[in-house]
Amino acid sequence: MSTLVIAEHDNISIKPATLNAVAAAQQLGPEVDILVVGGDCAAAAQAAAAIPGIGKVLCADNAAYAHQLAENVSLLIAEVATPYDNVVAPATTSGKNTMPRVAALLDVAQISDIISIESADTFTRPIYAGNVIATVQSNDGKKVITVRTTAFDGVAAEGGSASVESVTSVHDAGISSFVREEVAVSDRPELTAASIVISGGRGMQNGDNFKLLEGIADKLGAAIGASRAAVDAGFVPNDYQVGQTGKIVAPDLYIAVGISGAIQHLAGMKDSKVIVAINKDGDAPIFQVADYGLVADLFTALPEFEAAI
Amino acid sequence: MKALVAVKRVVDYNVKVRAKADGSDVELNNVKMAINPFCEIAVEEAVRLKEAGTVTEIVVVSVGGKSSQEQIRTALALGADRGIHVEVDGRLEPLEIAKLLKGVVDKEQPNLVILGKQSIDGDNNQTGQMLGALTGMPQGTFASEIKIDGDTLSVIREIDGGLQTLKLKMPAIVTTDLRLNEPRYASLPNIMKAKKKPLDVVSPADMGIELKTHITQLSVAPPPERSAGIKVENVAQLVDKLKNEAKVIS
Repeated sequence: MSTLVIAEHDNISIKPATLNAVAAAQQLGPEVDILVVGGDCAAAAQAAAAIPGIGKVLCADNAAYAHQLAENVSLLIAEVATPYDNVVAPATTSGKNTMPRVAALLDVAQISDIISIESADTFTRPIYAGNVIATVQSNDGKKVITVRTTAFDGVAAEGGSASVESVTSVHDAGISSFVREEVAVSDRPELTAASIVISGGRGMQNGDNFKLLEGIADKLGAAIGASRAAVDAGFVPNDYQVGQTGKIVAPDLYIAVGISGAIQHLAGMKDSKVIVAINKDGDAPIFQVADYGLVADLFTALPEFEAAI
Repeated sequence: MKALVAVKRVVDYNVKVRAKADGSDVELNNVKMAINPFCEIAVEEAVRLKEAGTVTEIVVVSVGGKSSQEQIRTALALGADRGIHVEVDGRLEPLEIAKLLKGVVDKEQPNLVILGKQSIDGDNNQTGQMLGALTGMPQGTFASEIKIDGDTLSVIREIDGGLQTLKLKMPAIVTTDLRLNEPRYASLPNIMKAKKKPLDVVSPADMGIELKTHITQLSVAPPPERSAGIKVENVAQLVDKLKNEAKVIS
């Protein structure tokens, strides 16, 4: 049983989501290789080679792959996947974008967003916004899998010394091109990687009031998130959204402020280790999952909280 | 310019879905069904492009059982011109849906195909990308803004941590994210008019497509319960608990 993991990277370093995907791959079997596909990505390939327990790192370094356009990268992955039993990628926006294309090229199903591996061909995955967990069995010879990163503890990033091999095939479909990327610049940690997350919901009333969360986030080194209701109301941008259709997070501490706890939000944060809810409605469903609930008006509780930490 | 929009019939997003007691599947008896929310955004985008004069015809397609025609009629009431129902009963996998949609694409030759990024039942997030691979079309997934200029489609995509802009050579595929637009409601006169719009029914066999099962659903179960903790009296007690009991802040 051999597995190819598609690395999530920025051409320079390996993103932590790769380490979660490797952890899942190692549950499938001990033979795990990593594919780094990008442009000027030698540094990322070297970083991948330091992950312990890897057979080898395959590095496809070409201008056609520089921005990891799905049209080009999927053709390469489908080719490199030939000798492997499984192809695994993290279920990030990048993995979600590319891997179904790979699966269709290989004429196999994709098993999306798995949260556990029951056996070599049987997996569990959340459906219906996490209301139900399905156990599914793949009948395909080759399996294309995306992994919910919060469900698998990442392997170590350092300590190994795998070899790096070049892959020279170039696939340029010539039908898509990169224009630009606007990545939100922030001193705060990334939402999916933060050990503490503080999120606001409709109860925040407007975007300005999110400033009340910022002071706390700065003191705790936390990332700021939001419920879909807060995003839909235009308080904050969509990339703040925690939930089934937004980001899935599982920090050590999750603080939900003015969030009622719709199922679609719970699906995105209920694997957090400790959950705190602050809401003035004592009957809000969020309290059913909170370790510590505080029934209070957030406009008085937040300044007090900031002063006390 | 012709736009093809795919819509799926799913459990209404307000319904709390439960596993059947025997764990064989989710309970779908007497449950309200609706057009998948992301597909509704896809229909709206096509209608806006038609209103702007960019698109001249909107064809809406749904793959599923006979009742999927209700969702096609909804899309027709929202502004689509005609419908195609690919009639298939039973559980359908994204790859098989993508193959059937490719059959429709081959026949209709649209310049633009718009789909939801995922359906809220299976949460797979695959069909648009798979259709891209099967047809050789480029894709703009998780789109929050699209612009058409000649035969070039410019797409702003929602990615982890920000936004990415791509240029795609048409014909192209777009999958919708939440912020692409806010769908309208169908007016009563338009609902009445939609009943008279053409709706063709085709079978997989008509298109020469044989369906396969790649994945077997063995069982479904509710997620593990997270038990409620305690209510604290005030902020001071909360901070004390977080520092000294949970030890998550210092």
